[in-house]
Amino acid sequence: MSDSIKLRKGLNIKLKGGAKEEVKTLSAPLKVALKPTDFLELIPKLKIKVDAVVKAGDALFYDKYHPEIVFTSPVGGKVVSINRGERRRILEVVVERDENAGSVEFVKGNPGSLSGEEIKEQLLKSGLWPFIKKRPYGIIALPDEKPKSIYISTFDTAPLAPNYNFVLKDELATFQTGVDALAKLTDGKVNLGVNRNSIFTSIKNVEINTFDGPHPAGNVGIQIHHTAPLNKGDVVWTVHVQDVLFIGRLFETGKVDFTKTVALTGSEVEDPKYYKTILGTPVSAITGGNLKQADYNQRIISGNVLTGTKVEPAGYLGFYDSQISVIPEGDNYEFMGWALPGVDKFSASKAFLSKLFPKKEYVLDANLHGGERAFVLSGQYEKLVPMDILPVHLLKAILVNDIDKMEQLGIYEVIEEDFALCEYACTSKIKVQSILRKGINTMIKELG
Amino acid sequence: MKFVRNFFEKTEPLVQKGAKYHWLFSVHEGFFTLFFVSKDTSKSGTHIHDFIDLKRTMGMVVLSLVPVILFGMYNVGFQHFKAIGELQSTGFFALFFYGLLKVLPVIAVSYIVGLGIEFVFAQKRGHGIHEGFLVSGILIPMVMPIETPLWMIGVATAFAVIIGKEVFGGTGMNIWNPALIARAFLFFAYPAQMSGNSVWVALSESDKVVDAFTGATPMAEAAAGNTNFSIADAFFGFIPGSIGETSTLAILIGAVILIVTGIGSWKIMVSTVAGGAVMGIILNIFAVNAYMELPFWQHLIIGGFAFGAVFMATDPVSGAQTETGKWIYGFLIGLLAILIRVVNPAYPEGMMLAILLMNTFVPLIDYYVVQSNIKKRLKRVKTSA
Repeated sequence: MSDSIKLRKGLNIKLKGGAKEEVKTLSAPLKVALKPTDFLELIPKLKIKVDAVVKAGDALFYDKYHPEIVFTSPVGGKVVSINRGERRRILEVVVERDENAGSVEFVKGNPGSLSGEEIKEQLLKSGLWPFIKKRPYGIIALPDEKPKSIYISTFDTAPLAPNYNFVLKDELATFQTGVDALAKLTDGKVNLGVNRNSIFTSIKNVEINTFDGPHPAGNVGIQIHHTAPLNKGDVVWTVHVQDVLFIGRLFETGKVDFTKTVALTGSEVEDPKYYKTILGTPVSAITGGNLKQADYNQRIISGNVLTGTKVEPAGYLGFYDSQISVIPEGDNYEFMGWALPGVDKFSASKAFLSKLFPKKEYVLDANLHGGERAFVLSGQYEKLVPMDILPVHLLKAILVNDIDKMEQLGIYEVIEEDFALCEYACTSKIKVQSILRKGINTMIKELG
Repeated sequence: MKFVRNFFEKTEPLVQKGAKYHWLFSVHEGFFTLFFVSKDTSKSGTHIHDFIDLKRTMGMVVLSLVPVILFGMYNVGFQHFKAIGELQSTGFFALFFYGLLKVLPVIAVSYIVGLGIEFVFAQKRGHGIHEGFLVSGILIPMVMPIETPLWMIGVATAFAVIIGKEVFGGTGMNIWNPALIARAFLFFAYPAQMSGNSVWVALSESDKVVDAFTGATPMAEAAAGNTNFSIADAFFGFIPGSIGETSTLAILIGAVILIVTGIGSWKIMVSTVAGGAVMGIILNIFAVNAYMELPFWQHLIIGGFAFGAVFMATDPVSGAQTETGKWIYGFLIGLLAILIRVVNPAYPEGMMLAILLMNTFVPLIDYYVVQSNIKKRLKRVKTSA
C-alpha cells in the first residue's frame, strides 16, 4: 500500500441528519422501475410491451446506438406501465413484482477461470454493464473499448453520504469476486481508492491508494487525477463501490441480485439510518413514515444534495444512487437575509458568523439565496477543486464553445460531481454542473 | 415586514412584461430582493446553495469602507477648521458634522447618478439590478478632493458607469475599475479642479486662512522637496488629501475586514505593498533628490497608495483572475505607482494610473498563467507517450 495522498482543497458541508449505523431490511416493494433518464444521453429502445411477463434479468430496454447494452428488470413480474413525458420520452418502465416469476439463469463460476470476453458477455446480457462508466465524460462504458485501468472509490465524502466501510462490511467476499471479474476487463489494474481505517485494504488483485482530505476526495475523478491523470485518448472505467456487489453476486450465484443498501438522510428525516432494499425501489418505500411532519415543503432527492436528482414522493430511486436526502424546500422569503450576521448560515466563504462554530451541523434548504450574476469573484472555485485545473477558465472556454481550449484546460479529467462544490459555493449562482455537461456533450459530439 | 412584503408581492404582476408598469421591472426586482431574499429554489444542479450572494459580498466591502468614510468626514472638518485657525475652539462633533454635511452631497450625487444609469441599463437588458455599483458608488466619493464641484462628480460617475462598465456588459464584464475611471476622467478633463493646492481643504470664499496654511498634501510637499511632514499625522490621516485616502489606519481596519471575511484578496494587498516597498528602496539607493530620498516605507502612508492597494487593486473583476496572476499584478501595481509618483513630475499621484495600467494588462498576465497550466498538461502527454 502506498502512502496516503493528502488533499487540502475542498469542503465538507456539515448537514444535519447523517444516517446512524443501523440497517433495516425492507420487504421487497410491490413495484420497481427503471428510469432511462438516469443515463446521460441514452436513447432507449424498448424490448418489451406493457403486460409482458419478465424474469429478473430480462431486458426491458436497450441503447439505440449500442444494442448490446441492455437494461434488465431487477425483479421478476409483469410490466405494468411505461410512463412517458414530453415528446413521448420514456421516463419510467414499471414492473410489478411476482414472486413466482423467477430469474434468468446466467453462467455461474469463478471469474478467475473465465476469460475477459466471457465476463464481458455475461455483464452485457445480465444488464450489469451500465454500472460501468467511462472517463472521460462519465457515460456508460463502450464494450469495444479497452480501458487503461478501472477505478473504484470505496468511500464517499459528499454531504451525508453512506459509509461504505459499514455498508459492505459483511460482503467483502462478494466484493472480491466482483473485483476479480472487473480485473479481467482491463490490461491495466483495478485501482481502489480508500480512506483511512478502510476495510477494503484486505482486497486482493487491486492497487490501493489511500486518500485523505475533505470532499471531493472521495470522488473517483479526483482519485484518477492524483494517481494517473487522464490525457487525450486515454480511457479508464469507473464502477461505484456498491455496484461491484451486483457483479460479484452474478458470478457467485448465476443470477442477478440487485439488493442494495440505501442511506436515508437529511434534516427532514425522523430517524436517519440505512435500509436494505432493491434497485429501482419506490422512494416512498423508504421515506414512508420516516419524514418529519412539517407545515413547509420538503424536497426529496435521490442521491446527495450536490449531485442528486429531485424526485416526487411517488417517484423511484435512481439507478446509481445509494442515498436519499430530504431537506426543506426553502421556498419562502427571508427579510434582509443577505445582511444578517448569519450564525446559523453555513458558508464556504468567511462572510458569515457561522465560521466561528466549525463543529456545528446545519439545516440547509434548497433556496438559491441570491440572484444569478456574471462571474464576479475570483479564486472561489479554485479552493474547492483539488486538481491542477483552472475551473473558471475551463467553464469560460465551454461558454464560448472553444473546443481546443476545453481540451487544453482538462475537460477530459472532470465530470459534474467534481465541480459540484463550485456550484454550491458560487456567489454568482452560476449553474456550473450544467455548463460542464454542455461542454462534455460538445466534446462527445465533435470528437466521439 | 408583512406590510412591505405584501406591497412588493401585490405590485409584482404590474411590472411584468406587457403589464402597465413593465418599465419598472428592474427597479421593483432590485428593491424587492434588497428587502427580501427571493423564494426561488434550485431547479437543476446542486440542491443546496451557499448563503453568500453578490449583495452580501458588496455589503461586506461597504462595511469595510465605513471606518474610511467616517474618518474622511471627520478629516474634512478637521482640515477646514485647521486652515481657518479655529481647531482649538471647535469640538469633535462640530468637526465631524461639518465634514458630514460636506461629504454627504458628494455620496448622494454619486449614488443617484450611478444607480439611475444602472436601473436604465438593467431594464433595457431585461435583468435585475446587479450590485456592483453599491461599492463603486462609495469608492468614487472617497477618491475625490472635497472641493470637486458636485456636477463634476455627476458627470464623472456617468462616464464611469456608461463607458467604464455598461458598454462592456455591466457588472463582472468591465476591464477597468469604474471608480478609477471616474477619477481619471476628471483628472484629465478638469486638471485644474483636481490637482494643485487649493482643492484638498473645504473652504468658502469668506473663510480667512491662517498664515502658515498652504493646503498642499504631504505628497505634493515631498515632490517639491519638503519631506518633513509628520509621520503620525500621515498614518492617522490628519493631512489634506482625497476624502477617503488620508488615514492609513482606517484603511488598515478596512483591510482587516476584507481579509478576515475573505472578500478582498490578501495576495493582491500584500504584493502591492511589497512592490511599492521594493521600488521605494530602489529609489532610495539611486536617490538624487529629496523626494527620492524619502524613506521607502513613508511612501506607503502618503497619498492614495494604501487606499488603492486595499480597495482599488483588489476589485475582483478588473484585477487578475488567477492566483499566481494576483501576485504579479499586485507587485507591478506597487512598483509602478511609486515609480510614476516619484519620477514623473507631471502626475502628482501614481496609484490611480498604475492600477488602471495593470487592469489593462490583467488579460495578458492571466493568459500566461493559464498557458503554463496548459503546458503542464501537454507535457504530461509527452512523458506518458
